[in-house]
Amino acid sequence: MADANEPVSVVGIPSRVEYTYSPGRATTRFLRAIEQKRLMGQRCTGCGKVYIPPRGACPRCGLPTDEEVELTDKGTVVSFTVVRVPSENIQLELPYAAGSILLDGADIPFQALLRDVEVADVRPGMRVQAVWVDDAELQPSFTNIKWFHPIDEPDVPFEKFQEHL
Amino acid sequence: MSEPEPLSGPHVLEYTYKRSVGPVLGRFFTGLRDGRIEGVKTAGGRVLCPPMEHDPATGEATTDQWVEVGPGGEVKTWTWIAQPRKQHPLQKPFAFALVQLDGADSALLHAVDAGDEGRMSSGMRVKARFAEERSGRIEDIACFEPEDA
Repeated sequence: MADANEPVSVVGIPSRVEYTYSPGRATTRFLRAIEQKRLMGQRCTGCGKVYIPPRGACPRCGLPTDEEVELTDKGTVVSFTVVRVPSENIQLELPYAAGSILLDGADIPFQALLRDVEVADVRPGMRVQAVWVDDAELQPSFTNIKWFHPIDEPDVPFEKFQEHL
Repeated sequence: MSEPEPLSGPHVLEYTYKRSVGPVLGRFFTGLRDGRIEGVKTAGGRVLCPPMEHDPATGEATTDQWVEVGPGGEVKTWTWIAQPRKQHPLQKPFAFALVQLDGADSALLHAVDAGDEGRMSSGMRVKARFAEERSGRIEDIACFEPEDA
C-alpha cells in the first residue's frame, strides 16, 4: 500500500465469502455434457421453450423442463456491450466486446465474450460460433467456451430474435 | 433421463474494496503503524479511542487535540469465541472484548488472548500486543493479553 513514512490514508478491507456451490441436477446435466463439448438445453413441457443452461424448471410456466435438447454451438448476437474502462479484475486487452448470444434452437440468450472481431464491427444479428478450449482442457465448466467469433453467414433480421432480448 | 450425481465445488465471491479513512482515522492508523495508540479529545474534554470525527454524544466535531492512550486498559464487556473461524484474528479460542484504554473514555473492540475463558472477567486488566510487521491498520494491534501474563 502506501509508503511506510507517509500518513495512512487508505486501508484495504476486502469483502470475501467462500461458498460451496452446487448447481443442482439440471445444470449438472448441462455441465457433464459440456465436458464432452456438447451443449444440452432443456425444453419446457408446457410452453415448449428451450433453456440453456437449464435450471430444471420453466420460469414462465413453473413446469419441469424434462426434455433434453442438444443444441449447436452456433448462434446469433442479440445484444452486446463494449468494455473500455480498465479495472483491476479485467485481464483482457481493452476495448473488448461481450454479447448476449442466442444459440440456434434456444429461447434464452447467455453472455459470452466476442473476439476475433473489431469491436466497431459487432452488431445485433451477427452470426457467431463458439471457440472451444483444447480437448485436453475440457472441464465441467462453461469456461470450455473461450469466446464466440463471427462466422460467414448472413445477419439475422431483428424481427427474428426480438422476442429473445 | 438418468440422473448424474449433482456437482459441487468451491465458489469465492470477493470485492477488493479500499476505503479512504479520512484525517482522524488516518492519524489513528498512522500511530498504530508506529506502535502508538492515540485518542482524540471532544469539545467536552472526553477522550475517544477509537477516535472519531464527531462526538457521538453531541454530534459536534471533535477537536484537533490528540492524547496517547494505553497500551494498558480495562475490559468492559467480552464474549468468548470457543471455535474461531479462519477470518478471526486468532486461530485459538479467544475473547472479543470492549477495551477501555488507560487515558480514554470510550472503548475499543478487539481480541483478547486469555488462553482460557475462566481468565476473562469484566474489569480485568489487559495490555496491547503489537504485531511485529505493521502497515497502518487495526490488525497492527495483534490482540490484547492479560496484564499479569
